[in-house]
Amino acid sequence: MAPLPQNPGGHSAVLQQALPPDWPLGNPWLHFITFTIIAIAFGMLMIIAFIYVERRGVARFQIRLGPNRAGPEGLFQAFADLIKLLLKEDIVPARADKLVHLMAPIIATVPALAIFAVVPIFGNGALFADLNVGLLYVVGISSIGVVGVFMAGWGSSNKYALISAMRGVAQMVSYEIPLVLAALGVVLFAGSLSLNTIVDQQGIPYLLLQPLAAVIYFLAMSAETNRSPFDLLEAESEIIAGYHTEYSGMKFALFYVAEYGHAVAASALFSTFFLGGWKGPFLPPVLWLMIKMLVVFFVGFWVRATLPRLRVDQLMGFAWKGLLPLAVINLVITAIEVLFWPTQSMWPLVPVNIVIAVILVLLWSRIFTLGGGKIEVKQGRVEVKGAKTVEVKV
Amino acid sequence: MEVRTEPFVLNLGPHHPSTHGVFRMRVTFDGEVVTDVEPMFGYLHRGIEKLAEGRTYTQIIPLTDRLDYLAAMSNNWGYVMAVEKLAGVPVPERAEYLRVICGELMRIASHALATGFLINELGAFFTPLMYMYREREKILDLFDMLCGQRLTYNYMRIGGVSHDAPPEFFPAVKQFVREMPSYIDEYEGLITTNEIVLSRTKGVGVLPRNLAINASASGPFLRASGVQWDLRRKDPYSIYDRFKFDIPTGQNGDVYDRYWVRINEMRQSVRILEQALADIPKGDHRSRVPHLLRPPVGEVYGHIEAPRGELGYYLVSDNSIAPYRFHVRPATMINLTTLRELAVGWKLADLIVIFGSIDVVLGEIDR
Repeated sequence: MAPLPQNPGGHSAVLQQALPPDWPLGNPWLHFITFTIIAIAFGMLMIIAFIYVERRGVARFQIRLGPNRAGPEGLFQAFADLIKLLLKEDIVPARADKLVHLMAPIIATVPALAIFAVVPIFGNGALFADLNVGLLYVVGISSIGVVGVFMAGWGSSNKYALISAMRGVAQMVSYEIPLVLAALGVVLFAGSLSLNTIVDQQGIPYLLLQPLAAVIYFLAMSAETNRSPFDLLEAESEIIAGYHTEYSGMKFALFYVAEYGHAVAASALFSTFFLGGWKGPFLPPVLWLMIKMLVVFFVGFWVRATLPRLRVDQLMGFAWKGLLPLAVINLVITAIEVLFWPTQSMWPLVPVNIVIAVILVLLWSRIFTLGGGKIEVKQGRVEVKGAKTVEVKV
Repeated sequence: MEVRTEPFVLNLGPHHPSTHGVFRMRVTFDGEVVTDVEPMFGYLHRGIEKLAEGRTYTQIIPLTDRLDYLAAMSNNWGYVMAVEKLAGVPVPERAEYLRVICGELMRIASHALATGFLINELGAFFTPLMYMYREREKILDLFDMLCGQRLTYNYMRIGGVSHDAPPEFFPAVKQFVREMPSYIDEYEGLITTNEIVLSRTKGVGVLPRNLAINASASGPFLRASGVQWDLRRKDPYSIYDRFKFDIPTGQNGDVYDRYWVRINEMRQSVRILEQALADIPKGDHRSRVPHLLRPPVGEVYGHIEAPRGELGYYLVSDNSIAPYRFHVRPATMINLTTLRELAVGWKLADLIVIFGSIDVVLGEIDR
């Protein structure tokens, strides 16, 4: 076995390597502390902004006014809600798994904020760590949120929560695959997994170069963040509040933050991958990123205010039969394009790819239908064809 | 080899966002598939049938408001019709027209809410519901004009209605009747051809024609299964024989057909309203009836086509000032008896939608 590579400068040197280029703060520790605070502040600010925008926006869709009492135009509603939740009694169900119940909201919330470590927010290289495996980190860290959801469902000893947790695991595992495959198209064009490089390489926004991947990514992202029409985890009409049925007070607030935090992070990632991230004329980069995030989020809650929810089997079918094959086809086409298309003239590729995307989506909508149907039940059991019942001794 | 898990028993309700009140279902699941449903109700029981036995015939009218509180006008109407039949009280023509106008407005309001809640249960995050509340609000404002109440009207009286309509009422109804078709088009544009709605409702919760008849279902729930049965046509009460209207019927008896039938019944109600507003005569709004009505000894069954189906009142009189027996045939309770046949084999999400498509009101079921 080969000896592990030694780091001559200790931890500092490793940190120094991970430092983003052009960052003014020389001391890595100073940088990381500063940036952690900035990233969390940015994340929380955007979460509050998103909650406000969604509540007011959805109200407009629904011919209502929305919260407009607390502060000018209801701007402080989120703060008022937060204070209320902070002061509320924390109720733990008697038969809950106390530790799991306590840990779940924390585990669900932290990944949503941790994603911002690799998202370039303030311009080129202005990020916590310029990981050369940024995309991998994002995928990995966002999957941890599912564990929080499952722990909440399992730990609160509630049947609705358990159904929700089971749905959540199935859904998130399924949609991770098309999500990553769609992002890989972008990676092929950019030639790097680092989010900083991906933004850097976007002379043309990848939304135009990768329209199909953008659509798939957006849909899979909606499912990952439990946004409608994939919000089966919190399907209010079916399973009440889903996995956080038994949560109150600050723990519930953490789940709320986690939900919107994932939405914020997903919007940021979509903007980074497909809309050119912080790039844009005249305005400062951070404003551009915020505007793009809001646009992505707006489309999200527009869909939420319009469409009903899918059923469980339709949801899974949509991931495996709808999005996954399209994502694979898109990846293959992209790989061929990257191999053979001259890198100097990318613009002609835009109409080509848009046409390919439209044709593929139309073709696939012919082949794939949501469908799903009734299942035979005999003597109180689901009938499975050709299956023999075997006693299982435990 | 197959490994079986234990069946999963879930108490849906009485506290649940989509049980339309306090309905409870004891559902057995295999995974997400419903293998058994046991409906349980009675959480809203107020003993209205017994209460009625201690009240005079006029005092019972406000009690009927509390049965199907989303269609209180129709409840009033069914009851006063039964009493009029029992005591042989004539009803002035103008009152009959006012009753038809109220009944059809109530049908639109009730169907709008039923459809809105159905789509809400499909997961549409309140948007269709809010759109349909908008029209219901307008109807409630009209009723407010008529009798000063918005939910429990207490408007009908034995032998007529309590007040004649104020002068501003008819222009307002005409305005509403003019606007309503475009609103219905708006609902249809949002819902009728929506791919997710279609895939969630087509073929889901099919009620076969035979079962529908055998279960003595009624209302839009029955008509969606292809049975052309509407009491306004089959046993024309009041003045319904004067109006031209169609009875929309479905073909498959699935959730989608129930939605479709309700939407089209709203259109037909608008048609009836147009005709009723055109021919309403002048005259009394109420005939002279003694304060303490003592109907002759006997029994009577009066029924009307309420928004949710056949609403029947069975009254037994012993020639005293209060009925000897007062019984209600609630349409939705009888429709609800088919729930198990409809829901077994479908998933949890479908169960909620099927239950929503029956459109129950617990005030009527539990009484």
